[in-house]
Amino acid sequence: MSENTIKLNIVSAEEELFSADVQMVYAPAEMGEVGITPKHTPLLTKLKPGDVRAQISESESKIFFVSGGLLEVQPNAVTILSDTAIRESDLDEERAKRSEQDAKQAMKNSNSDMDLVKAKTELLQAAAQLRLIKKLKGKR
Amino acid sequence: MAGSQEIRTQIKSIQNTQKITKAMEMVAASKMRKAKGQMEKARPYADKISYVMSHLANAHAEYDSVYFEVREVKKRAYIVVSSDRGLCGGLNNNLFKKIIESTVENQNNNIETSYSVFGNKAAGFFQRIGGEVISQSTHLGDHPQIEDLLGTIKSTIDKFISKDVDEVYVAYNKFVNTVSQIPTLDKILPISPEDSDSANSEYAHYWDYLYEPDAKEVLEALFIRFIESLTYRAVVENIASEQASRMVAMKSSSDNATDLISELQIIYNKNRQAAITQEISEIISGASAL
Repeated sequence: MSENTIKLNIVSAEEELFSADVQMVYAPAEMGEVGITPKHTPLLTKLKPGDVRAQISESESKIFFVSGGLLEVQPNAVTILSDTAIRESDLDEERAKRSEQDAKQAMKNSNSDMDLVKAKTELLQAAAQLRLIKKLKGKR
Repeated sequence: MAGSQEIRTQIKSIQNTQKITKAMEMVAASKMRKAKGQMEKARPYADKISYVMSHLANAHAEYDSVYFEVREVKKRAYIVVSSDRGLCGGLNNNLFKKIIESTVENQNNNIETSYSVFGNKAAGFFQRIGGEVISQSTHLGDHPQIEDLLGTIKSTIDKFISKDVDEVYVAYNKFVNTVSQIPTLDKILPISPEDSDSANSEYAHYWDYLYEPDAKEVLEALFIRFIESLTYRAVVENIASEQASRMVAMKSSSDNATDLISELQIIYNKNRQAAITQEISEIISGASAL
């Protein structure tokens, strides 16, 4: 790594978006846009939705859109953990509520006490079926 | 003696079934490749986030997070990752067996158990046998977006934060290779510092990040994403396991069909031969009677 470049990694949970040495990185931090040059102090901050600009060389730069995420800065490396989904706390709340409701709806007709005996018999039956199939196969 | 026509129909029907199982085998094989690709793609994020976590463990943050809080365990929550569809061998059953085993163990230690559910199969399982289900997401499809998982993950994390549950595990089938998938329970909450290999002495000097806007907010966002990435990984890995298991199951049923067909074919041939022989002997005896 040369003196005046910094390693930039942009990753999202689903894939790696960018990884290379760059001269400077501009990112939309929550407190305002930040520009990061090599040997920056270690920094951890949240990003808001916006453009990340990577200055690859004097003349070349690349722009990525992030819908929020986290920015981590080490003296020689910048990591952007990009979100793929729009994250607003009330939106997350809504998602959580929906999946809880789904569960309630589904469990409406069943007991909240787990019927362990039933569970075990069911699993044993399934296992026995699989064993039988194997046995039948072995016979031939 | 079974009629030749009947055997012919039976062979035909087995051949039709075999066509289906063969097609399913090939579809599963190609889906497995894709799922493995998705697993690979998710790796950089997981690596990077645990790298940040390990830095953090060495950075001596002044902020003690609830996510690291080890409490006396009164209640455990399991995030159960299952497939949406069946016909994949014993995959889901092996996982449920493991969960039932630990539920029984919890019961013996006076620990309550609750569940969060991904996938139709687990949802149906808990519907039949009961149990406390916190939340569920089904019909994730073959390419789940992290967005689809957020609701269930959040409501489980919320239970941990509100001290309703004291430990959270994720249960899924670990993809080892095409023929081997292991039902696995991984603890995701409280986050144990070893997970992020803090033993790495290379970084063990005293420094801390600058946090913007403040440590609590940034770190909480980070921890939530860390847990989400662990769960997402489990879901993706379970899909690869599902496809691999389905591929193997379908292959063995195609093989079975081949065996059955060849057996039936022999019976059919014998039958046909017997009928011809009989006919000839009838003709001969008829001719000699003249």
